Amino acid sequence: MISEQLVDLSRLQFAITAMYHFLFVPLTLGMVWLLVIMEAVYVMTGKVVYKDMTRFWGKLFGINFALGVTTGITLEFQFGTNWAYYSHYVGDIFGAPLAIEGLMAFFLESTFIGLFFFGWDRLSKPQHLLVTILMAVGTNLSALWILIANGWMQNPVGAEFNFETMRMELTDFWAVVFNPDAQAKFVHTVSAGYVTGAMFVLSISAWYLLKGRDVEFAKRSFRIAAAFGLASVCSVIVLGDESGYTVGEAQQTKMAALEAMWETEPAPAPFNLIAWPNEAEQKNDWAVQIPWVMGLIGTRSVSKQIPGILEIKEKNRHRILSGIVAVKSLERLRANREDTEALALFERHKADLGFGLLLRKYTTDVGAATPEMIQQAVDSTIPRVAPMFWAFRAMVGIGFWMLALFAFAAWQTVRGQCAHRRWLLHAALWSLPLPWIACELGWFVAEYGRQPWTIYGVLPTHLSVSTLSVGNLYGSLVGFIGFYTLLLVVEMYLMVRFARLGPGSLGTGRYQFEAAH
Amino acid sequence: MFDYETLKLIWWLLVGVLLIGFAIMDGHDMGVGMLLPWAGRSDVERRVVINTVGPHWDGNQVWFITGGGAIFAAWPLIYATAFSGFYWAMLAVLFALFFRPVGFDYRSKIADPRWRSTWDWGLFIGGTVPPLIFGVAFGNLLQGVPFHFDSMLMSHYTGSFWALLNPFALLCGLVSSLMLLMHGGIYLAHRTEGVIAARARAAVYVAGLGLLLAFSAAGLWLTRIDGYLITSLIDPGALPDPLAKTVERSPGAWFANYRAWPWTIAVPVLAYTGAVLALLLTRAGRTGLAFIASAFMLAGVIGTAAVSMFPFLMPSSSMPNSSLTVWDSASSPLTLAIMFWATLIFMPLIILYTGWAYRVMRGKVTAEHIEHNSHSAY
Repeated sequence: MISEQLVDLSRLQFAITAMYHFLFVPLTLGMVWLLVIMEAVYVMTGKVVYKDMTRFWGKLFGINFALGVTTGITLEFQFGTNWAYYSHYVGDIFGAPLAIEGLMAFFLESTFIGLFFFGWDRLSKPQHLLVTILMAVGTNLSALWILIANGWMQNPVGAEFNFETMRMELTDFWAVVFNPDAQAKFVHTVSAGYVTGAMFVLSISAWYLLKGRDVEFAKRSFRIAAAFGLASVCSVIVLGDESGYTVGEAQQTKMAALEAMWETEPAPAPFNLIAWPNEAEQKNDWAVQIPWVMGLIGTRSVSKQIPGILEIKEKNRHRILSGIVAVKSLERLRANREDTEALALFERHKADLGFGLLLRKYTTDVGAATPEMIQQAVDSTIPRVAPMFWAFRAMVGIGFWMLALFAFAAWQTVRGQCAHRRWLLHAALWSLPLPWIACELGWFVAEYGRQPWTIYGVLPTHLSVSTLSVGNLYGSLVGFIGFYTLLLVVEMYLMVRFARLGPGSLGTGRYQFEAAH
Repeated sequence: MFDYETLKLIWWLLVGVLLIGFAIMDGHDMGVGMLLPWAGRSDVERRVVINTVGPHWDGNQVWFITGGGAIFAAWPLIYATAFSGFYWAMLAVLFALFFRPVGFDYRSKIADPRWRSTWDWGLFIGGTVPPLIFGVAFGNLLQGVPFHFDSMLMSHYTGSFWALLNPFALLCGLVSSLMLLMHGGIYLAHRTEGVIAARARAAVYVAGLGLLLAFSAAGLWLTRIDGYLITSLIDPGALPDPLAKTVERSPGAWFANYRAWPWTIAVPVLAYTGAVLALLLTRAGRTGLAFIASAFMLAGVIGTAAVSMFPFLMPSSSMPNSSLTVWDSASSPLTLAIMFWATLIFMPLIILYTGWAYRVMRGKVTAEHIEHNSHSAY
């Protein structure tokens, strides 16, 4: 039996390192396009302030990018070090997008980032702009392939289990690439990155304006960030809604949990604006509902039903019972490949194999699972409702606040008033952490919401780990937490220092506080 | 297009190409990292050393990341078994690599000497630890490592981290460190002038001669180490199942391929020729050509390990039948074929634009250049 502590610690380590990685990724995704915009304006107008903007914001981009690279390798490593059975079981499908990411995207962004920083005097203006654009394209393509891999974990299409190799195998590559879950996730995630980049530039520019320093530089940066941010935040909300609409089963389970829909409501279902989910009694203690809205968002129709938690659980109970047969016949097949009776039985129940494997958490002999174990497994198929419900609402709330902020900022910029609206500048400054909080909440909803699976319906999280001792996990956790804390302190120190120095840190002689460097 | 057996062989070659590419590209960065504290004595000298690889190290590191991704996609069982089995060795590589991105980017952003020297040592660790551990890992693969599979193909590793650090494996670690030190030294000599280039050349001579000795010693020692041999009939085109064969330890088995196909001796010969040529060319001041010779040396050394073990990838010492080979570690034919085409399309593009990036940044890095660009250089 795999110890539950090992599974919990492996999950904790992955969660910490992945969420930490995603402190840096969204800023990279967004700022890289802001750099493209600034440099394009420089190339078109020849105004040197836009070159300085590209270089100064590029410096902050570089400080952030370094940690993005550092922490990204950790995630690739961890699939092998801590999720060995996962790597074996789905590497045939999951490994390919990771490798293609390297070949198609990561080489591109990493090669051209060097020329971005060091090529200013060696490349013509259009050549350097091309370098910046290629870096941006590489960065965003990188996100595409990672989200194709992650989308497959949510909705495992284009693959089939092979009992002889004891793993999932690819049957349709293009189904994996064009997985609707992956595509919806990609556009939602990169848009969230764009919002993060825009908020970063907006907030720091607002601070310069509040201090009355480098005003022309700051106003231009503020303007670009406001426009880019407004477009991005609209796309994040619209495309986020789109990702709610995708039809996969994982998504149904997630939606039921994050909307705290215990019962299947008659269509079109009402939307729980606010509720108090009660896990023990499987109901909401109270709720403020808006009629029809949930049905419209979730199904784009007035007649289709959205399954509630209790209905999903009943369906899962049947799949677990069928999965037991699948596991038993698979065991017979592994012992004797020629057992045609077992093969026929397995083929019939193969689709529910993953559900049978859920019982491995409670017993090594799935066939001997007691009714209590089966009930536990059924209950485990729905993630806990309250954390999902509140994380989702906080994310959406932040999204709408940022929509209002960027809309006001854009409007005031168009009127040429942004430097004089101190309340707006203060709001922009204090909203700086919000996009990061929203991004982390979004990933929490996506990943916690997929539990108890690593690959929805196929491979339980519990079975995915490496056969390591708990002591190893404690050791590596201490190592990661120690290193990452140190790196974060160093990064924040440099970021704050260079943001305070401002464009003067370029040493061009055109800005304030040059002597401070 | 290709049958399964051919695809498996192609991927053995391609993983080899990626590993050699990693050694050539990321390897010279790491060699420069190993040399940093000695080749650069003052701050400006160290900045010269760092800026020879400054614009390129990030792109070069992707060889490593892509190599990892390719092993994940092409040999999922190797990825799973090796990474989890070598848990602490892998984490040591990872933690050492942490120092590189931040070391390069953060070091020169603050003028404080203690800050800078801390990152210099960070870059040294980032350049020294990974090559050493990769060599040690290969040394252990050649001896076999203690792991086995259960009937559900879950791998169980029964060794410890300290057992990896045995004398033969440490010798292999030395080979791998010296070869990258030599390679990085040649690169540094090519991109710098004066006293730094002279120190780099001195390092090349020491590392090169050391490498010739260590590589020979490892080869001799290997004659005393039992290799592994498949004793059952094997169908290379069959679905991969590592438990379907029988394997025995057998003296001299790691030399069987050279006996069966004598032309494969060209691979170790390439290692020697490359190393000797690289030394002579460095001495003649032709560092550009020496870098190419040294790249062939890297291909020869890595190729020697691969050819000696073929078809084994990861032999098991505790349950030889669980050993992983080219035939039973591979992904499905579809995945192998798609990855093959992806590599065929993108690899030439990568080489093209990497070449362009080096062309743009060509020329010697000098102290004047650093002083002139002190706000933007690393």
